[in-house]
Amino acid sequence: MSFSKEALKIDAAAETEKITRWMRQNVGRQFHKQGAVVGISGGIDSSVCLALAVRAFGHDKVLGIAMPESESNSESLDLARNLAEQYGAKFIVEEMTGPLKGFKAYDRRDEAVKKVFPEFGVGYKSKIVLPPVTEKDSFNVFYLTIITPDGQEKTKRLPLTEYLQIVAASNFKQRSRMTMLYYHADRLNYAVIGTGNKNEHEQGFFVKFGDGGADIKPIAHLFKTQVYQLAEYLGIPEEIRKRTPTTDTYSAECTQEEFFFRVPFEIGDLVWLGMEQEVPVDEIAQAAGISAQEVINIQNDIKRKMRTAEYLKMNPLHLD
Amino acid sequence: MESIEQKIRNYIVENFLFGDETVLFNNDDSLSENGIIDSTGILGLVNFLENEYQISIKNEEIVPENLDSINKIVRFLKTKFESMTIAS
Repeated sequence: MSFSKEALKIDAAAETEKITRWMRQNVGRQFHKQGAVVGISGGIDSSVCLALAVRAFGHDKVLGIAMPESESNSESLDLARNLAEQYGAKFIVEEMTGPLKGFKAYDRRDEAVKKVFPEFGVGYKSKIVLPPVTEKDSFNVFYLTIITPDGQEKTKRLPLTEYLQIVAASNFKQRSRMTMLYYHADRLNYAVIGTGNKNEHEQGFFVKFGDGGADIKPIAHLFKTQVYQLAEYLGIPEEIRKRTPTTDTYSAECTQEEFFFRVPFEIGDLVWLGMEQEVPVDEIAQAAGISAQEVINIQNDIKRKMRTAEYLKMNPLHLD
Repeated sequence: MESIEQKIRNYIVENFLFGDETVLFNNDDSLSENGIIDSTGILGLVNFLENEYQISIKNEEIVPENLDSINKIVRFLKTKFESMTIAS
């Protein structure tokens, strides 16, 4: 049989059984913890992780925590609250704007944005993006986009210093959320569930010791398109399943595709799986409906990101 | 006088290898595939080339074909210098 998108299909019931058994074994016998905390954002990945945690440990042993801040999408909190209620998990809200202001996260980021766009100020929004993968192979060089109060977009390539400062300041968001999750995990003797999928985990779309900081990552082996299959099986509400995945990190709305992955998931996942299974490029191209050159460029992009992700996934090194 | 090739090699060794000259790579080796430079490093390299040679590198020029080995960088710079000469 020729290679097609069918290759990404999973048996969601069997996968759920496998994951939840593995979660119970590790959180109980390995970690000696008595439940789990899950940071829930109203996105697909954290929703699936909450549902899996409830199946694995029982609804009364799972705490869902929403951690909005002043730049979060306003719909996210209601989606997170409704999700926790649907699955019967305990639920709290931790407002993160105060801690982030304490770190001067917004000021430090905006200081760098202003160096690139001096006119940036009150009422403006910003985000950083990668251009889409095209016929021409290219490096992952980030661009800064600002949106003026009247909705006009301006984009410039980011110089190194400003790029590093914007990322460093934005990382306060994920790292302060991780700290909050561990506060609640420690006080309850629970484990922290990491919500990254395979795309994020393997390509390095996470912050080291931020959202990458967790005890167990139940969906880190699943492609994003497979997480959607699990979501449907687990009964995640359609309004969450239909949302476009965003970073929920920058003040301007920023999809995960434009920020990092550079291709739609249904294409990227298929190209990646084909690479893993050593399927000929032409066959992948036909299955994905793109050119052979685009397949090669997407695969090169994935390989480059995976090399960068090695550092992010590494534990601190030490001499024996 | 230091050649362009030597200047670029020195920049890479100083900035990405802490001056460790025992790391061997030849002028055709891929800097990204050999783990010498990542995307952040490419951004630094672009800054270095722009400042050192007073050139402006366009977005569409930041591609492996131009920047992924010492020889590719040298070829790219020569093309840039030629286009500047023609323009002036």
